[in-house]
Amino acid sequence: MNIAILENDHLQTLIDVLRKRGYQVIGPTLGEGAIVYDDLNSTANLPIGWTDEQDGGIYRLKKRNDKALFGYNVGPHSWKKYLLPSELRLWKIKRNGGSFQIVTENEAARKFAFVGVRSCDIHAILIQDKVFMNGQYIDQHYTSQRKDTFIVAVNCGKAGGTCFCVSMNTGPKATFGFDLAMTEIIEGKNHYFLVETGTELGAEIFREIPHKEASEKEKCAADDVLKKTAEQMGRSMDTANIKNLFYRNYEHPRWNNVAERCLTCANCTMVCPTCFCTTVEDVTDLTGEHAERWRKLDSCFTMDFSYIHGGSIRASTKSRYRHWITHKLAAWIDQFGTSGCVGCGRCITWCPVAIDITEEVHAIRESETVIGKQKTVVKEDVHANT
Amino acid sequence: MKSIITEPMIPKPFRIHRKLKESHDTYTIELASTNGADGFPFSAGQFNMLYVFGVGEAPISISSDPSMPKMLKHTARSVGAVTKALLKLKSGDVLGVRGPFGSRWPVEEAVGNDVVIVAGGIGLAPMRPVLYSFISHRDKYGKIILLYGARTPEDLLYKRELEQWRGRFDLEVKVIVDSATGNWRGNVGVVTTLIPRIQFDPLHTLAMICGPEVMMRYTLKELQSRGIKNENIFISMERNMKCGICLCGHCQFGPKFVCKDGPVFCYDQIKELFGKREI
Amino acid sequence: MQTLEPYLAEHPFLKGLDPRHLNIIVGCASNVSFDAEQYILHEGEEAASFYIIHKGKVALEIFTSDRGPITIQTIGEGDVLGWSWLIPPYHWHYDARAIEPTSAIALDAKCLRAKCEEDHDLGYELLKRFAHVITQRLEATRLQLLDVYGVH
Repeated sequence: MNIAILENDHLQTLIDVLRKRGYQVIGPTLGEGAIVYDDLNSTANLPIGWTDEQDGGIYRLKKRNDKALFGYNVGPHSWKKYLLPSELRLWKIKRNGGSFQIVTENEAARKFAFVGVRSCDIHAILIQDKVFMNGQYIDQHYTSQRKDTFIVAVNCGKAGGTCFCVSMNTGPKATFGFDLAMTEIIEGKNHYFLVETGTELGAEIFREIPHKEASEKEKCAADDVLKKTAEQMGRSMDTANIKNLFYRNYEHPRWNNVAERCLTCANCTMVCPTCFCTTVEDVTDLTGEHAERWRKLDSCFTMDFSYIHGGSIRASTKSRYRHWITHKLAAWIDQFGTSGCVGCGRCITWCPVAIDITEEVHAIRESETVIGKQKTVVKEDVHANT
Repeated sequence: MKSIITEPMIPKPFRIHRKLKESHDTYTIELASTNGADGFPFSAGQFNMLYVFGVGEAPISISSDPSMPKMLKHTARSVGAVTKALLKLKSGDVLGVRGPFGSRWPVEEAVGNDVVIVAGGIGLAPMRPVLYSFISHRDKYGKIILLYGARTPEDLLYKRELEQWRGRFDLEVKVIVDSATGNWRGNVGVVTTLIPRIQFDPLHTLAMICGPEVMMRYTLKELQSRGIKNENIFISMERNMKCGICLCGHCQFGPKFVCKDGPVFCYDQIKELFGKREI
Repeated sequence: MQTLEPYLAEHPFLKGLDPRHLNIIVGCASNVSFDAEQYILHEGEEAASFYIIHKGKVALEIFTSDRGPITIQTIGEGDVLGWSWLIPPYHWHYDARAIEPTSAIALDAKCLRAKCEEDHDLGYELLKRFAHVITQRLEATRLQLLDVYGVH
C-alpha cells in the first residue's frame, strides 16, 4: 500500500482520468436540501465548504468556515442507489406459438467510480457482496455491476451526530475494500489529501495523477484527523453477545414501547446501506402478448411484506419493527457471518420520530441487568441444549 | 456450496400435459418440458416457483413421484391471483417453472424406523412424493402410518390413491374430515384426534407434519405427548416468497430462510421460534 | 359381571380407580351391541346409560330441518359416549348413531348417580375423568371451528 500526497488542486485530475477510462463518476453533491450522490464531472460539483448536522430525526446543511470538499458525513443516499437500483427489469418475455420466449436484458453494465465512499459504506458494500455474491444462487446483475466498480474512499474528518462506526468496528478509517483512500487535511493555507492505494488498479490510475511522497509529518496529520473523528462519535452500541440478546428477548415489553412510536414509514430501510429486500413484479402490456418481470426494492415494514393466503404473518407494527432490528443486529450474523449494521446512523437521522437503534439495544440490555439483580442471572445462551 | 446457476430468475417453459380436478378449488397439473426429453429431478418436500404468463409466480409444492422425474406434478389450490390464473390454464397451455428449491423430507433418515405422517388439507400434496418413496422401498421401514384431515369429504385429495393405500396390508391410513356432508360414513373431527388411535414405537419413529400452522402446532403437542422426540419431528413451513433463491428476504423465519433452510425443518432446530407469534 | 371387570380395570378411562370403586362400576355395567345405522341414543331422551365404546364407530349428530342429520364428530374404540347423565335434567343433547357394527359397555346412569351421591369419593373420581374427556372434546371442537383448511 503506497501513501502519497495529492494537492487539492489536482483532485480534478482524478475525476478526469476516471472519466477518460470510461467510468461514470459518482460522488456527493448538493441536492434536495441534502448531500446526495449524483454524477460528478468536476470537483466544483462537490459540496465545498458545507457540512451536515445530524441527530435523531434531524438533518440540516450548514456552512463551514473552510473550503473542505468532504467535510460532512453520510446523507440519505447510500451506494446501493447504484448497486441495487430501486427498479430493475430482469427480463422481457413474449408469447411464441403456444409457448413463450424470454428476452434477456443484455444491457452492458455501466462502470461506476464512486468517489467519497466512507468507511461505514465500504463495509456496507462488502456486506451486500456477501448477500448477493456468496450464496448458493448469485445475483448476476449485482455481480457484474460490482466487478467494475472503482472505489475512492474518503476517511471522515469529523464524526456525525448519529454515527457509531467505532462501536461496529467499521471506521472511521477505511482499512480495506477500496482502490484508493483519501484523508482530507486542511492546515492553514495547506489543503491536501493523504492518499493510500488499495489495489493494483488504484495504483495504476493514481500514477496518472500528479502527486508526491508523503512525509512523516503529513502521515501523522492524517492519523490525528482520524483519531479526533473516532472520539467524536455521536452514538455508541454495546455489541457484546448481541445476537443472543435479541434471540432471548422476542417477547420483551420494549417492543410495545417502540410500536407506539414507529410509523412503519420504512424510511430506515430505504436509507440503510445494507437493507436488501426486494420484491418481484410481473407486468403485461394491453395485448397480453408481452410481459416483463421487474425487481423492485421492498421493505419489511410494509403490511403485505409477509403476506400469505389468509393474512400477513407480521401484521402488527411491533412485530415488523422487531423483525427489522432483530434481522439487522442478530439474525444477519447467523445468515451471513457479520452484523448487518455498519453504524452509519442513517436510520436514526431519517426516522421521522427519531427512533434510535442504539437506544433500543441499550434499553433491552439495561432491563436485563435489572432483572438479573432481582432474579437469577439470565442465561447467556438459552437456546443451547434445551 | 457455491454454484453459479445461470439466470435462476428465468422460468423454463413447461407444457401442461394433464389437469386433474381434485376438488372445487384444487387441481393437480402434470407438466412436461417443452424441449422434450428432459426429466425434472427433485427431492420430496421441494417446491417450484410456477409462473403464469404476465400474472406472476407462486411457490407450489411438487406432488409427484421423485423416481419418475418426467411426470412432474403440482397440486395447487386457488387462493390468490396467481393460483387462480394457474388453475384456469388448460391441457396444452404453457407455464414457467423455476426450481426445485428448498429442503427435503428425511426419507433416508427414516430408514429402519416407524413413520407417522400427519397431513392436513393441501398439506397432503408435498407428502405424496414421500409416500411414493416409502412404498417403493417398503421393506426399509417399519410401520408407515398416514393420518389425513380435510375440510369435508369433497375436499379430500387423491381419493383414488388414498383408497389404494388404505387397501394395502402394510400401510395404515386414517382419514378424517372437519365436517361431514351427505353420506360420509368415515371419521369426523380434527386430525389430532386420530393420534391416540395409532400404535407406534415413539423411540424409533419419525414424524412428518404438513398443513396449516395451527394444525401443525396441535399435532406437535399430541405427538410429543406420545413420546416422540423433537429431533424426530419434521414440519413444512410456509412464508411469503418472491424469489425462492434466498435473495429477496421475504421468506425469513427468524434467521432461517424458508426457501433454503426450509420448507422442511427439523422441529428441534426451530422449536424456540415456532411457538412465538408474528415471527 | 365377572367377564367385564378385567376389561374395565385396564380401560384408560377407569385406570387407577380404587378396586372398591371399580367394583361398584362393574355392578352397574352390561354388554351391549348395535348394528350399523342403529341409533344408540336420541336428543331429548332420558340419559339412562353412558357407554364405553369397545369396538366400532359412533357418529354424534345434530338434526337440522333443512340439511337433515349432520355429523359433528365421530368417536370410536376406547372413547366414552355421553356425559349428559351427569348434569340435570339428564337428557341427551345430541343423537348418536352407530356407523359400523358397534359393541360397547353400557353403564346404568341412575344406578351410578345414586352410588356417587352415597360415596362422594367415587363421584369425585368419575367427575375428574369426565372433566378430562370433556376438555379433550372441547379442544378438538374448537380446532374444528377454526376451519383451518378453509380459504380465509
